[in-house]
Amino acid sequence: MRPFSFSQTQDVETAVREVAAYPDSKFIAGGTNLLDLMKIDVMRPAHLIDITKIALNTIEETESGGLKLGALATNADTAYHPLVEERYPLLSHAILAGATAQLRNMATDGGNLLQRTRCYYFYDTQTPCNKREPGTGCSAIKGYNRDLAILGTSEHCIATHPSDMAVALAALEATVHVSGTNGARAIPMADFHRLPGDTPHLDTNLQPDEIITAIELPSKGFAQHYTYLKLRDRASYAFALVSVAAGLELEGDTVKEARIALGGVAHKPWRKPEAEALLHGQSATRENFQKVAEAYLEGAKGYGDNTFKIELAKRAIVRALEQATNMEASA
Amino acid sequence: MSAQQIGKPANRVDGFEKVTGQAKYAAEFSAPDLTYGVVVNSAIAKGTIKNIDISEAMALEGVLQVFTHQNRPGYTWRDKDYQDKDSPPGSPFKPLYSNKIQFSMQPIALVVAESFELARYAAMLVKVEYEQEPHDTNFEANLPKAYKPKKYKATPPPDPRGDAAAALASATAKVEAEYAHPSEHHNPMEMHASTAVYEDGKLTVYDKIQGVKNSQQYLMKAFGLAEDELRVISPYVGGAFGSGLRPQYQLFLAVLAARELKRSVRVVMTRQQMFSFGHRPKTNQKFAVAAASDGELQAIKQEVFAETSKFEDYSEDVVIWPGVLYNCANVELTHKLVGLDVYTPLDMRAPGGTTGIYALECAIDELAYEVGIDPLEFRIKNYSEKDQNKDKPFSSKELKECYRQGAEKFGWSKRKMEPRSMKEGHNLIGWGFAQGAWEATQKKAAAKAVLTPEGKLLVTSATADIGTGTYTVMSQIAAETLGLPLENVSFRLGDSSMPMAPLEGGSWTVSSVGSAVKLACEKVQETLLELAKKVDNSPLQNASIEDVIFSDGQILLSQNPTQSVSIKAALAQNGGESVEAEATQQPADKQQNYSPYAHSATFVEVKVDEDLGTVKVTRIVAAIAGGRIINPKTAKSQILGGAVWGIGVAMEEETMMDNNLGRFMNHDLDKYHVPVNADVHDIDVIFVDEQDDIVNPLGAKGLGEIGIVSVAPAIANAIFHATGKRVRELPITLDKLL
Ligand SMILES: Cc1cc2nc3c(=O)[nH]c(=O)nc-3n(C[C@H](O)[C@H](O)[C@H](O)COP(=O)(O)OP(=O)(O)OC[C@H]3O[C@@H](n4cnc5c(N)ncnc54)[C@H](O)[C@@H]3O)c2cc1C
Ligand code: SF4
Repeated sequence: MRPFSFSQTQDVETAVREVAAYPDSKFIAGGTNLLDLMKIDVMRPAHLIDITKIALNTIEETESGGLKLGALATNADTAYHPLVEERYPLLSHAILAGATAQLRNMATDGGNLLQRTRCYYFYDTQTPCNKREPGTGCSAIKGYNRDLAILGTSEHCIATHPSDMAVALAALEATVHVSGTNGARAIPMADFHRLPGDTPHLDTNLQPDEIITAIELPSKGFAQHYTYLKLRDRASYAFALVSVAAGLELEGDTVKEARIALGGVAHKPWRKPEAEALLHGQSATRENFQKVAEAYLEGAKGYGDNTFKIELAKRAIVRALEQATNMEASA
Repeated sequence: MSAQQIGKPANRVDGFEKVTGQAKYAAEFSAPDLTYGVVVNSAIAKGTIKNIDISEAMALEGVLQVFTHQNRPGYTWRDKDYQDKDSPPGSPFKPLYSNKIQFSMQPIALVVAESFELARYAAMLVKVEYEQEPHDTNFEANLPKAYKPKKYKATPPPDPRGDAAAALASATAKVEAEYAHPSEHHNPMEMHASTAVYEDGKLTVYDKIQGVKNSQQYLMKAFGLAEDELRVISPYVGGAFGSGLRPQYQLFLAVLAARELKRSVRVVMTRQQMFSFGHRPKTNQKFAVAAASDGELQAIKQEVFAETSKFEDYSEDVVIWPGVLYNCANVELTHKLVGLDVYTPLDMRAPGGTTGIYALECAIDELAYEVGIDPLEFRIKNYSEKDQNKDKPFSSKELKECYRQGAEKFGWSKRKMEPRSMKEGHNLIGWGFAQGAWEATQKKAAAKAVLTPEGKLLVTSATADIGTGTYTVMSQIAAETLGLPLENVSFRLGDSSMPMAPLEGGSWTVSSVGSAVKLACEKVQETLLELAKKVDNSPLQNASIEDVIFSDGQILLSQNPTQSVSIKAALAQNGGESVEAEATQQPADKQQNYSPYAHSATFVEVKVDEDLGTVKVTRIVAAIAGGRIINPKTAKSQILGGAVWGIGVAMEEETMMDNNLGRFMNHDLDKYHVPVNADVHDIDVIFVDEQDDIVNPLGAKGLGEIGIVSVAPAIANAIFHATGKRVRELPITLDKLL
């Protein structure tokens, strides 16, 4: 690890001021991702600002009937919060499908959104990687890419975003609240993470001087019909090859609204509202689910090792929608 | 009221030390002047180092030296000085020897500093320029260059028997198939580490190793040291699985630095560096097997292609299994090597058995289906009564009893032959079977026993406990032989000043060291009997050693157990001195006429989600014939561990080579998968009774490896039974079942 300086702040204003003042500075929350990356020399901040003492760890109801998750609420506290469990069980399940109990106790909701890709080459400083070192090339495209993306890729990077939580947040259409030198703003989940394009070193649209303060969930939680289906190479403690967050609003057999987000397939949680819309007003049948799955994966591109994900994602969508539909039956 | 110890499920005698953190591992020993070494590894797989710039690293205060091929002290160039007890034929890798790069992640510099953090930071500042050359790491592409080694490290392929080609040509039922096994890395919990403590020109080295004598002799030769200048200690090993059979480069580098700096040095590998040395070789196997319509095996042809490095010819026992497991008249076996620009492969739990038995047992399952006979029935029909490789009878073989007890426990008789015949919701259910064997070797070993006047027994031997329970079972063997309570016995190991023991591997430690412990304690018995005779009015006056038994702290006349002398009383006759004996045990001549093997029968149930390809191994029944079981508890742990690893072999483990970079890429535990608790469901272990007076004086066969060999094929066969699909390439990940 390279030497760095360290400070601790108690409030958002100071945090923002310091991050703007120190060159190459980074916030540190749970540290479960940042410290790992510093130890292997992938991230090299010159200054760390510890934000864990800022009072941003509460989970509160909003006036519009939603829920606001403080950026520093831990993944564990969020997943087991009674209001989350009751109204947003999809989010609970997604969080609990990730990492381990110990990690979730340390990991914060804000940090979770900003965790970096798990691409093998990104983790190995002795290999070329455009995300880690822009301009060096992407080793994964012609290399080993089993875990990597099939949607929204570019010739510069095919990394995936590894978060499970973010997939559920995308399906729930959450909003990310941030504060920076230019004040506060709210970013819809759909716009929070970026596609790699020709700037693969940028994961999100958060500015370097901005801090995440909260994640807001709208009132609709799909608590009656939901599923988080995570497919991976072992039963726990592994990132998703493909995951699906699905929420349905049903009237009898008819789908009023469907939400689907895919994880493990792109540089961001993958949404395709026009494909979801194919289900609106339609009956909840396997055939209809298959149509949505086909539409969702349109334009997907495999790179060899990961080509199987196209078919796997389709099947996962169908299964997730079936599970969400039949919840009472199977419960 | 016998104080019998052998056969008791005694708790691990070192358990308390381990769970309370008192057990010290190689990286936990310290010295007042300790410094810290961090290794820099090569970015390329082949070529030369053009320039290595250490100036920025050296400029940091507290950095003591950056050792490279340019500034290293002169040392020996002869291959034989770097060969260790587990070296394959060839020219061993010599750390920092020259500017030549032989494999990716080759150690090319050692940074030594006053703190670990500083050394790690300085290592990031070492700048290396390479002259890259094209590398060969692509196994498939290099198959046409496969060759027969001049010398095999393992058993050379047995000579052909009968005429396999003719039998295959005329057979009614035949299967030809190719099976692929990937490279795998050992990944024990404890990373490789050495702490070299320098004191008055002498070195005490704490090393992670499966045999301290191997490290000691390696260092003596490589550095030209005398035996009394160097002691190697390794009391605990946090798993090794074969990765500790050969001294690894951190040992050489720690000692090099300690000698040059005249300071103590600790070098610990990172998890990533655990992928920079030996591994289970990638192995392709072509099988052609044939049977008559009644299921009688007529031919087995096995062609093996296995990875090795360009500098050593590593090979393992992949082709001996047909001759051990099946009665078959026409057999043809070949084993070729594919030389790649990688580090030399290294024995990994059941080397050759895990790969060879996997493919053999899948091929046999396919043949049983071709003929239309229940796979277990097929094995019974073709049961081998002798080892056909050596043309010798087995010293014992209760494999049929394994079939019987295992099948009963599992409920095999309810199995329907046809695939896809059991379903539950989205899941197809499949039942699979495979059998296995592992040689029960005994090697020459020595042990020393010291019984104090207070009746405390200390037994020592320079073996290792890699988590297998050596401390415990040796204590039990000693306690039993001398009739002492277990609390009065301590066993010590892992010190090069102790009596000679072979490397801890090959499942031969209980057999070899245990037999030596028994012999040393028997020598103590003899002295004790002589002393007992000196006791006033001793009832043992005329007894010879055959007439007495040692039990409950007493020496008793076996014909008349009321007549006895206590061990304490006997010891009191020794003038306040301890009774000591050292003994070396060799395999007995009578073993020559037999072939000793442990056997296993494994039954597996899987549930396969047909839409998603996910597989759950819901049940495993492992029935083992392993001779006498010294400690059922530690024995069961070995078999459970083997079964869990078998799940990993079948479905998870694979080190991925990027052929563009010539580098293994999934080099950490996030990306190299081994089973987690959630992957493991019911596992039943059965030990069947097996008497064996030939294998060694204890009648025990060793259990370190027999637990793994037949698990992966049983899983693969169960997946076939569930889905009707034969996946012939491990690991069977979900994409292969879509
Ligand atoms: C072994 C392992 C397995 C894992 N498995 C999974 C898994 O299966 N699924 C999954 O989803 N995740 C998994 N994770 C990732 C884990 O969820 C993340 O590491 C964690 O959520 C990050 O949160 P943190 O608070 O520790 O972030 P930190 O490491 O502290 O920070 C991460 C990044 O976010 C920035 N940051 C943190 N908070 C803020 C803020 N409020 N505003 C602005 N910037 C901020 C930091 O500067 C840093 O760049 C795993 C992690 C490990 C180590
Ligand atoms: S996919 Fe992205 S992160 Fe991976 S090597 Fe290519 S550029 Fe780097």
